[in-house]
Amino acid sequence: MTPLTQRRLANFRANRRGYYSLWMFLVLFGISLCAELLANDKPLLVRYDGHFYFPVVTEYEESDFGGDLPIPADYRDPEMKKKIEGQGFILWPPIPFADQTINYNIPSPAPSPPDSTDWLGTDDQGRDVLARLIYGFRISVLFGLTLTIVSSIIGVAAGAIQGYYGGIIDISFQRFMEIWSGLPVLYLLIILSSIIEPNFWWLLVIMLLFSWMSLVDLVRAEFLRARNFDYVRAARALGVGNPTIIWRHVLPNAMVATLTFLPFILNGSITTLTSLDFLGFGLPPGSPSLGELLAQGKANLQAPWLGLTAFFVLAVMLSLLIFIGEAVRDAFDPRKVN
Amino acid sequence: MALLAVKDLTIAFSNGQSRVDAVKGISFEIEKGETVALVGESGSGKSVTALSILQLLPYPMASHGKGSSIQFDGTELIGARDSVLRDIRGNRIAMVFQEPMTSLNPLHTIEKQITETLNLHKGLRGAAARARTIELLHLVGLSEAESRLGAYPHQLSGGQRQRVMIAMALANEPDILVADEPTTALDVTIQAQILKLLKDLQARFGMALLLITHDLTIVRKMADRVLVMTDGHIVERGTTATIFGAPQHPYTKKLLAAEPKGEPQQKKEQADVLIAAKDMRVWFPIKSGLLGRTTGYVKAVDGIDLSLRAGETLGIVGESGSGKTTLGLALLRLIDSKGEITFDGRRLDTMQGKAMRPLRREMQVVFQDPFSSLSPRLSIAQIVEEGLKVHHLGGNAIERRREIERVLTEVGLDPTSADRYPHEFSGGQRQRVALARALVLKPRFLLLDEPTSALDMSVQAQMVELLRDLQRRYGLAYLFISHDLRVVKALAHDVMVMKNGKVVEHGPSAAIFAAPQTDYAKALMAAAFNIETVAS
Repeated sequence: MTPLTQRRLANFRANRRGYYSLWMFLVLFGISLCAELLANDKPLLVRYDGHFYFPVVTEYEESDFGGDLPIPADYRDPEMKKKIEGQGFILWPPIPFADQTINYNIPSPAPSPPDSTDWLGTDDQGRDVLARLIYGFRISVLFGLTLTIVSSIIGVAAGAIQGYYGGIIDISFQRFMEIWSGLPVLYLLIILSSIIEPNFWWLLVIMLLFSWMSLVDLVRAEFLRARNFDYVRAARALGVGNPTIIWRHVLPNAMVATLTFLPFILNGSITTLTSLDFLGFGLPPGSPSLGELLAQGKANLQAPWLGLTAFFVLAVMLSLLIFIGEAVRDAFDPRKVN
Repeated sequence: MALLAVKDLTIAFSNGQSRVDAVKGISFEIEKGETVALVGESGSGKSVTALSILQLLPYPMASHGKGSSIQFDGTELIGARDSVLRDIRGNRIAMVFQEPMTSLNPLHTIEKQITETLNLHKGLRGAAARARTIELLHLVGLSEAESRLGAYPHQLSGGQRQRVMIAMALANEPDILVADEPTTALDVTIQAQILKLLKDLQARFGMALLLITHDLTIVRKMADRVLVMTDGHIVERGTTATIFGAPQHPYTKKLLAAEPKGEPQQKKEQADVLIAAKDMRVWFPIKSGLLGRTTGYVKAVDGIDLSLRAGETLGIVGESGSGKTTLGLALLRLIDSKGEITFDGRRLDTMQGKAMRPLRREMQVVFQDPFSSLSPRLSIAQIVEEGLKVHHLGGNAIERRREIERVLTEVGLDPTSADRYPHEFSGGQRQRVALARALVLKPRFLLLDEPTSALDMSVQAQMVELLRDLQRRYGLAYLFISHDLRVVKALAHDVMVMKNGKVVEHGPSAAIFAAPQTDYAKALMAAAFNIETVAS
């Protein structure tokens, strides 16, 4: 590790709030990545008739456990349970529900309040809120991260080219962006969702068409400023080529502004997906998502656990990301002396 | 009793944890009508002292220690109420700042800015204020004062702005004028005019003048008494004659010895011409109208011939805006130009981008501002290494590292500091880094664009020494651009005087400095060496 990287890491750690936020976020994200092991309607491990079975990984049929039909085994079926436990045992995940599992044994009509089975209650279709939360968190973060990374790469590249070369390239690109940004994104999504059924990738592409522009002006301004700096001139006098100058000399200085902006873009992406889901134009119906949970909370004010859960999860996640972003910015600041 | 008595003044700046003592207990007095010069290098605490007199420091970040006292005409200023201070600021003690570009408000006309102080302290309004403003502008020698009243600061030149600043300061006929490096940002001829003006005005109004400067030539010319300041202490004080005649303190001696001296070393024999240009022209088009038609040209460089031999230095002098820098950049093909440029027998002006690249190794540049010429996000080693990488020199990473450390040692830097960032270095050290970046490629031609102007006097002298030494060792050809004639005199074999993009005078350095032929060159020399204005 070069001394520079070490210093950046030290600066990152020095921002304790951001440092701990990163760990908290990584733990939460890591947990949600293992959602299948944490919340599932299939057991982690089954011991039956002297053999071990791993239903989470492999699909077994009822006939494998002494049933009559060659259909996928339903481990939540009381008959099935009794059969297996007669000749072995079942090891369930901590939350024995997947995002789509409907709990038919709720004590009161759905949405039912939190109890010992459904720790955060169930939603209006009797599905466990905690399970849906874990899956929804994962989709939100993955969507946000992908959208942020791809749109930042496109945005920084576009801004860099416009700012560095200037002139006719700059002007025509700017006019194009003015027209492009005038297109109504929401209507486009509504029209599109009536033609195709939007899924994760469709939404990503459509959002990407418009979200790349948020960074362009920032990076372009930095490049316009920096291209006349003496050290850029000195690099040209050294014989350094344009791509290298952009990459090594100008971009790192534009990166602080970009990095400071990045957590906001990530937050924006997550919020956008949430609000589309809330309006019903987002992921296909039934997908676990924070926006859908919020919408349910709004429709069922008598069941406050729905709205409150979604609110707190969103608030914590967005705050953590902002704190991390602050620490990243500190890490790349060479004037920061500790 | 003295007009202004500063006693045991300490100033400290603190931000949370760290605390910097900028001024560590200084005492001095200023009598009515005298000129006191406060001399020191950057970081010595002289500007902070000046600001503390008017209590203009950023309190409470800045603080004065116990026992600090600034008494003006019997009134204690430290801890005085705002109303007392307001009555004194701009009225009885006025201040002229260094940077005429930023010390005037760009959104107000100069009439508005001058009448504001008249209005505040004298209650003058309307026609009376206007008449007084015109009178003041005449006093500071601003031509066509009446028609300039409605002008905004950007419509005035640097010298004119500084005159307006002085007019504002004089508006209420203050008892003390504090001038903080009033001419540092100005050309030498303008500097001479402004200093002459200050002296005239001082004699006329009987003001005391506290002159803060690092330029000893100015001190010798202007001051009655001198205070030498370093590291927050006044180390020596006395009349100008004694300080310059018989300095006692080692720092004063060092400061006096620091003026760039010496001669360029003698050339042995006539080497071959390394770089030459014929009828160089750089014209920037002026576009106007809806269709952006070219209606005229700014002739930044207008038909210049030059030639430079290996191991020699050509000094290019002239005021700001004379096209010196443009000429240098055009020679390196960093901006477009017309006219023939040859380097070592090869035509440069017809070469296209890629073909130039191998030649870039042999022609390097060091810029004026050491703060903007180093990328703040690369370490010193990375900055120096870049050229080696581009030209595939220096072998593998370990050999390159050794080469970087060698060149850093050569320019007088500690090679163990190679992994530090530019902001951890002082201006002089950064300029050495910029020089190392150029030298690591072993160039044959070096363009030095005001490499010493942003540096303190003693650092300047070291830099000149270093440049001369490198030239002797490697037979480098320098194109040395500067407005500081003393540095040019110490380095250049030939001198070219430029004005408005044209060459006014060109010849061997000794001849030009001894007997300038043209009026413009004469005025420039008089202003630079004696701070005298020549009626043109």
